[in-house]
Amino acid sequence: MNTPAKHKLIAGATGDWEVVIGLEIHAQVTSKSKLFSGASTEFGGEPNTHVSLVDAAMPGMLPVINEECVKQAIRTGLALKAKINHRSVFDRKNYFYPDLPQGYQISQFKHPIVGEGEVLVDLSPTEQIKVGIERLHLEQDAGKSLHDLSANDSHVDLNRSGVALMEIVSKPDMRSADEAKAYVSKLRTILRYAGTCDGNMEQGSLRADVNVSVRKPGDPFGTRCEIKNVNSIRFIGQAIDVEARRQIGILEDGGKIDQETRLYDPTKGETRSMRSKEEAHDYRYFPDPDLLPLEFDQPYVDALAEGLPELPDEKKARFIAQYGLTPYDAGVLVLERAFGDYFEDAAKGRDSKLVANWVINELFGRLNKEGKDIETSPVSAAQIGGIVDLISANTISGKIAKDLFEIVWSEGGDPAEIVEKRGMKQVTDTGAIEAAVDEIIAKNPDKVEQAKAKPTMLGWFVGQVMKATGGKANPQAVNELLKSKLGI
Amino acid sequence: MSVDLATVRRIAHLSRISVSEDEAPHLQNELNAILGFVEELNSVDVTGVEPMTSVLPMRMKKRVDEITDGYIQQKVLANAPAREDGFFVVPKVIE
Repeated sequence: MNTPAKHKLIAGATGDWEVVIGLEIHAQVTSKSKLFSGASTEFGGEPNTHVSLVDAAMPGMLPVINEECVKQAIRTGLALKAKINHRSVFDRKNYFYPDLPQGYQISQFKHPIVGEGEVLVDLSPTEQIKVGIERLHLEQDAGKSLHDLSANDSHVDLNRSGVALMEIVSKPDMRSADEAKAYVSKLRTILRYAGTCDGNMEQGSLRADVNVSVRKPGDPFGTRCEIKNVNSIRFIGQAIDVEARRQIGILEDGGKIDQETRLYDPTKGETRSMRSKEEAHDYRYFPDPDLLPLEFDQPYVDALAEGLPELPDEKKARFIAQYGLTPYDAGVLVLERAFGDYFEDAAKGRDSKLVANWVINELFGRLNKEGKDIETSPVSAAQIGGIVDLISANTISGKIAKDLFEIVWSEGGDPAEIVEKRGMKQVTDTGAIEAAVDEIIAKNPDKVEQAKAKPTMLGWFVGQVMKATGGKANPQAVNELLKSKLGI
Repeated sequence: MSVDLATVRRIAHLSRISVSEDEAPHLQNELNAILGFVEELNSVDVTGVEPMTSVLPMRMKKRVDEITDGYIQQKVLANAPAREDGFFVVPKVIE
């Protein structure tokens, strides 16, 4: 779908190769209780406490669907501009594993709740790709097996068993590790905006199965391998690069790729085959006789659409149009809903470009450095707005503003009050500046001579005057005065 | 459609049901009898007929999203052959 760009191809011994990537993302649905039982979905907890007799698959227990999970899937589908299927069917996917007590996972196979959609992915301020969504379906999560608590046994915790997941399947539309990483980031942002998945990759709320194949540009798709359960965006990128190289190596040596499931080992930086038993993939899907088809009408969907917040693409377009921001700045400010809210609070009635600058460069830079997030920012939107007000009114210089930001960050307080109390106001009184300028000129006759021959010396004088005035002189006034006195 | 002996053994394995060599041919006959019966149903023309998912025309019941269950660790573990610190304990499984 996306045309191969030369710089995205991988050079091999026999020429350039194109890597083709499709992703299956498992996103945990944000809900209080499980998909088919009333047990809690909360992360962690004592083993086997967030478990009902349904989740433990006791005989005779019947699943009853959680309506909120259905709504969350529809909201996600709408946010992905996807087709919502008014009728979908739950199937049993049969396999044996100790953390799957039912012996089957309830999933949707032939008739998923959401059909085709698309995601716009920004690769840079100037490059955007479209990644197609094949489908989204609802399914149950399995329990968790721990293999390292004892030498001979595995331990099973069913707390996660039955938690609702959305499996979001992309089309094979990505052509580099960077594209795949950008797609996952964007999808995560959309899910967080829609409030349907918290996107927490450390806790496993978002996990990816990565399908990778390689081909010579223009050839049909090659045989693909599926790398299971990659749980960070960085590892997704690494796994793709490593796997593409492995496949190119085999093909260039005259071999062929076996379609198989592989695991990525981040410590060794390699993928390896999961020694899955033969027949392991015969899931024998059939419609779950315990559940009726899932049906709803268009008004039901419309009501959910109305409740959706402004999504990142729309918000970005609005920020560019309404506030005159650059696409880059607007892109950064819509990465999280909280970023945009903070910016809009701070920008109200102010120079929005200047506010964007301060939020992105000073605040985000500082939050990053200290590992804080915007919800716990020591500097509020009102405070950063106050700093920008003082700059806009020429009360303080940009340089003093940075000092002021430091004070507000560590001590808090009203920026205007701090400036007043600590004498940080910019000196715009030409008399005072002129006195400082005269003094510097009188003290440095040699430099004055040099400056006449070499006007770039002006910078040195500006520096001296700023130093003498404690950084409070208005730089523009200093410049003008110096130029006229030095005759340059 | 009919199944051969190898298919019978494969289905038994997938279902984790132990089937002895003696039993397999007997099961093969039974399965083929069932398939023959289904085959007969196949001869009915159902073009344009909606698949029936329920005898009564009813919609799937839904729950509200509330925590109404769980916190019964002892009950959940009651039938486990082995347990430790609240976990089920099973023979080591590593894929």
